[in-house]
Amino acid sequence: MLMIDYMPQWLFEFWNWLPVDAHTLLIILGKIILILVPLMLSVAYVTYAERKVIGAMQVRIGPNRVGFFGFSLWGLGQPIADAVKLLFKEIIIPTQANKYLFLIAPVLSIGPALAAWAVIPFDRGMTLANVDAGLLYVLALTSIGVYGVIIAGWASNSKYAILSSLRAGAQIVAYEIAMGFALVGVLMASGSLNLGDIVEAQAGGFSSWFVVWMLPLFFVYFISGVAETNRAPFDVAEGESEIVAGFHVEYSGMAFAIFFLAEYANIILISALTSLFFFGGWLSPFEGWTSLAGTSLSFLTATSIVWFLAKISFFIFCFLWFRATFPRYRYDQIMRLGWKVFIPVTIVWLFVEGVMVVLKVGPWAG
Amino acid sequence: MKALKHFFKSYSLWELFKGLGVTGGYLFARKITVQYPEEKTPQSPRFRGLHALRRYANGEERCIACKLCEAVCPALAITIDSEQRADGTRRTTRYDIDLFKCIYCGFCEEACPVDSIVETHIFEYHFEERGTQIMTKQMLLDIGDKYEAEIAAARQADARYR
Repeated sequence: MLMIDYMPQWLFEFWNWLPVDAHTLLIILGKIILILVPLMLSVAYVTYAERKVIGAMQVRIGPNRVGFFGFSLWGLGQPIADAVKLLFKEIIIPTQANKYLFLIAPVLSIGPALAAWAVIPFDRGMTLANVDAGLLYVLALTSIGVYGVIIAGWASNSKYAILSSLRAGAQIVAYEIAMGFALVGVLMASGSLNLGDIVEAQAGGFSSWFVVWMLPLFFVYFISGVAETNRAPFDVAEGESEIVAGFHVEYSGMAFAIFFLAEYANIILISALTSLFFFGGWLSPFEGWTSLAGTSLSFLTATSIVWFLAKISFFIFCFLWFRATFPRYRYDQIMRLGWKVFIPVTIVWLFVEGVMVVLKVGPWAG
Repeated sequence: MKALKHFFKSYSLWELFKGLGVTGGYLFARKITVQYPEEKTPQSPRFRGLHALRRYANGEERCIACKLCEAVCPALAITIDSEQRADGTRRTTRYDIDLFKCIYCGFCEEACPVDSIVETHIFEYHFEERGTQIMTKQMLLDIGDKYEAEIAAARQADARYR
């Protein structure tokens, strides 16, 4: 390890004195911090980006006042100010609310949103846990997230909150199925549940990305992802016009902030998964372009974490773009879309893929 | 045929993409936000802001305590007491406007036969304690004295439309 060469003597001796198990533990902890700190920072700044992007689409400027040390810096201090404000606010527990469930619900909703990042490969081999059933793990964890919402609604002892959690529960269950089916298409092409292998199966430039062969599945997956995260236009669970703010009406201060963090962490997660499953993760779209080789643009053909981050950013932007564009779906329309449109579409496309497998086209050519 | 067209139109998400195009275009549009403390929007001479009581050029207060403003005020924000002054004219001893009740409709200004009570262009003011929202006669006269030039200019600019 290169890092060891630069350690001071005493730290080096301390490191050698530690048992081997402690080494593993410390390295994993270090990796977790390396993932979570940038993630939490990006969550904070996605809220800022959301206000800026939606503001721009509504011909406004968005937050541009709060800065650092007297410099306004386009309002970049806004998320920090918001977080500090929420930290200092009182957490009010409603009378008759189930105190333990009430307080555990935010934890249940942010836990899975963060834990799912354990299997996300950021670059070739750059992952916390290279799990072979990574896709199943991700599916399982994104499903657990709904418990946070349901328990929050139940424990709040409020009719708005319970209505919202019922809606969110039904919606997430409905879209989970379409999502799972869309991923079956990915599995058929990649032949592996390991997220790293799924990305490697798309090697060979833009034309080998799964999105080319599974465009309908990509749309189903991404739209279901928007519905899973309860974002506009599928945000009936929030429904501020009829049920105030949904499952987190009764939450204040940091407990509310944690729901907020979970929502945005889920947005980033869905964006990351979409780019892994359909857009080749860290792979370059120009991979194998010999015309670029040797020129100053040859770095574009290299695989890099930058590609992955760029793809994630694009999908996060799409989330914000949708919110600025589409009016909220009616509840029955959401259910119709999930059950009567998406599930048939995915099943039809799975059949099409079966035909492609038999004819040996696309990802099955080799 | 129509059903087929509808099928393709809805499954290609045509209208959704069109909507995204509209908002995507506005993303780069010039922003119309007015950055308030630094930039301000132009103000009409008819603007109805903080109230003032005016005086004649010789320093005599205009108000003759006719109480038409008190009568016309839809929010009952004006309270007037009057007396006969030593020179025989009727004058107010008390002229209070409760700015929490006032809806800035401008009826008092319309009702006034001597152009005494006016609503000025001032809109940036605040109260820090309960009770300070009541504008007394002296406060209103002071505002009138201080901003007489602007008040007169605004009335002048609007006069030809009245």
